[in-house]
Amino acid sequence: MANLQSEFLGITSPNPFWLASAPPTDKKINVLRAFEAGWGGVVWKTLGSQVKNVSSRYSSVDYGGHRIMGFNNIELISDRPLDINLREIREVVREFPDRAMIVSLMADNYRDAWHDMVKKVEDTGAHGIELNFGCPHGMVERGMGAVVGQDPEIARMVVEWVMEVATIPVITKLTPNVHSVVPTGRAVVQAGSNGLSLINTIQSVTGVDLDTLVPNPNVGGQSVFGGYCGPAVKPIALKFLTTIAQDDVTNKVPVSGIGGVSTWKDAAEFMLLGASNVQICTAAMKYGFRIINDLCSGLSNWMDEKGYQSTKDFVGLSVPKLTRWEELDLNFHITAKINQDKCIHCGLCYIACEDTSHQSIEKITGNPHNNYVVKEEECVGCNLCKLVCPVDNCITMEEHRKGDEYLNWTEFQKRGLPLNDH
Amino acid sequence: MTIKANRLDSAAYEENFNDIHPPFETKEGALVEANRCLFCYDAPCIKSCPTGIDVPQFIREITTANFKGSAKTIFDSNILGAGCSRVCPVEKLCEGSCVYNNLHEKPISIARLQRYSTEMAIRQKWPLYQRQPDNGKRVAVIGAGPAGLVCAHALSLSGTTVDIFEKEEKGGGLMTYGVAAYKVTPEFCQDEVDWVLSLGGITIKYGKSLGKDVQLADLKKQYDAVFLGIGVGVTRELGIPGEDLQGVVDAISFIYQLRTNEYASVPVGDKVAVIGMGMTAIDAATQSIRLGAKEVTLLYRRTEKEKPCTQKELDIARLDGCQIIWLAAPKEVIGKNGKVTHLVCSKMKLGEADASGRCVPVDTGETFTLETDMVIKATGQTPFENIVAAAGIAHQHGKVVISQDAGTSLQGVFAGGDCVNGGKEVVNAVQAGKDGARAILKYLGL
Repeated sequence: MANLQSEFLGITSPNPFWLASAPPTDKKINVLRAFEAGWGGVVWKTLGSQVKNVSSRYSSVDYGGHRIMGFNNIELISDRPLDINLREIREVVREFPDRAMIVSLMADNYRDAWHDMVKKVEDTGAHGIELNFGCPHGMVERGMGAVVGQDPEIARMVVEWVMEVATIPVITKLTPNVHSVVPTGRAVVQAGSNGLSLINTIQSVTGVDLDTLVPNPNVGGQSVFGGYCGPAVKPIALKFLTTIAQDDVTNKVPVSGIGGVSTWKDAAEFMLLGASNVQICTAAMKYGFRIINDLCSGLSNWMDEKGYQSTKDFVGLSVPKLTRWEELDLNFHITAKINQDKCIHCGLCYIACEDTSHQSIEKITGNPHNNYVVKEEECVGCNLCKLVCPVDNCITMEEHRKGDEYLNWTEFQKRGLPLNDH
Repeated sequence: MTIKANRLDSAAYEENFNDIHPPFETKEGALVEANRCLFCYDAPCIKSCPTGIDVPQFIREITTANFKGSAKTIFDSNILGAGCSRVCPVEKLCEGSCVYNNLHEKPISIARLQRYSTEMAIRQKWPLYQRQPDNGKRVAVIGAGPAGLVCAHALSLSGTTVDIFEKEEKGGGLMTYGVAAYKVTPEFCQDEVDWVLSLGGITIKYGKSLGKDVQLADLKKQYDAVFLGIGVGVTRELGIPGEDLQGVVDAISFIYQLRTNEYASVPVGDKVAVIGMGMTAIDAATQSIRLGAKEVTLLYRRTEKEKPCTQKELDIARLDGCQIIWLAAPKEVIGKNGKVTHLVCSKMKLGEADASGRCVPVDTGETFTLETDMVIKATGQTPFENIVAAAGIAHQHGKVVISQDAGTSLQGVFAGGDCVNGGKEVVNAVQAGKDGARAILKYLGL
């Protein structure tokens, strides 16, 4: 069994799975249940100035019969009294000293407020601090949350204040509600943030109730933009994560990956693109803390198969494989092949290709089952048929290079090679 | 041994004749199943439905909670889609060709999903169809069975006025009178007939038999066209000694009795022998058991491989506790005091394949004797040859001969369903009704 022991800025945890700062980590009873279930660490739900929450708070996007493909909340930071939170954090740290305890903070926007909060948190024995520069709703109107994260100079200033007093590691959580996370990422790293975490939730409207015409979630006939998360945001999170891993300033600090991580596969993908560990919320909110078992055993089994001893062994390995478009090899060419023994004759590949791609699949009408064959010379190798096929490995993409040498767009242009060759 | 009624208490009757294919009780249940559907293109399930229902489309409409759209998709191809969802041998049709079978996975429960949408439409009386303005034409339809009802509905949609002449007191034909009650309840049959009639423009005149109460020649004069959907009659004669003994009954009459009376009042034997292995034979056998018969034996002259019923039907019979004897043909019914006591059967073996590809059963010369007090004949129905011949319509052994355009030998007289094909599934009759209506509209220049 591979060792899942994880270390992040010197903070150790038995596995790289932390619960993100969110409702599951807002009080002792939840966090104890999480640790008993086996979670590696938690980021305690953001502490800050006193707030008041509304009802309802969540809404979701369902897809194909599955609930919560995407999840949206309009809940604010912790609405519990600060002293109770601090006391409970101290108690949990004492009870589970081997687990990571990070506390999320969002103070009012002046130096003393931040200094005061950092000191109070350090006094609990917590192992690290996460700065919430990302919350997209409720706090923004008060000059906090995403407003800070969206302006690199404000973010830099706040981090500088924090670093003046912090003695434990500080992680800055970035908002995705920007064109690029890199400017703020750079600013906070330059200001001394020890690590980064991303992404926070994305501003969203999950939908509109077609009976009442009120967008979701409905708060007495009204709604507001909420923060979107869950499996639907994973691809966006991975993209932002990669840009952090590609930047020479931000890639010098460890990153905690967040955004739709639901399974051990998602976790491995985040880590391959530069995250040292991952934070999870929506999946736990949907199923409870018991998902930790599969997260751990799945990742461990995959590491065994790949020969990785430690989670450090594969962090960032996929980053160099993401390049710029003009570096791609134009001579690389694949075409689809349908395994007739596996084909169940659903016709999905055919209609997708015929209606929306390159008319590269021939239909041989039968009764009641048609057969489908790829017209190799027409196929551009787009993958669409393979993606819609319901049978694993029924459609495979076979390599048929256009030429032996590696030929990218820059070189292609330099040689004046002809375009539109099909 | 005796044939008698009132074998069970009312609770037992109720349980025995309860709906055998329970519907989805919740929207969630239907959605889970609907979401399994792959939404195949040029789907085999569509091609395997005699009425060509766009199955993937109606299932997709369920997944998006577009239940009206879903019901309309079904009814556009088959206005009796609700009844067919209960009586169709779907394992031979849509579900049998579902691509999930190729994955060795359970096919989509198309019938249950179809029932879900169509029942919602019928229960909530959605006005999915509106007639065209009256076109001044009038058509007589003979028989309010599936073919006649479907034909009438399609004609009425176009603005044609339709009178249906029905010999029974209820519509639905074999759905109402000839199918096991646990598949379609009498209430459901009535609801479905009402559903068809709710379009308007259709009047059923009950208790009107062709050749007795109404004459084809008169109808031809009074209407612009006539559609014959008179179905088929009683079971074929076995042609063996003892067939006239008390206790030898015809399956169609037996089921008719069951469908038109209180279950408790329907007499059944202690030891019942059912001859045949079609759907009607199964319905007769299982319902005998459900009426309280102690022992029911199904006899078939070929083997399980050649059985005309579906595997699912056979399983129902087996689960009900019916005995099955393959390669057995009735040779003689023996009786005492005019009542059946024994059935002598020939042991058969399979010979050469005939033109249809099925092996012909050959008598081995050996026999065996079965103790029985009731013999139910379910060896296929006979066409109403007398009625057809008396009306002067060209026929072949009683089966009405029609052209490609559903026309009979008489101008302006069209036909379809069991009276033409000799007895097939309800869904085939539905398509025949559609074809008949199309042909009539063409004939009327509409």
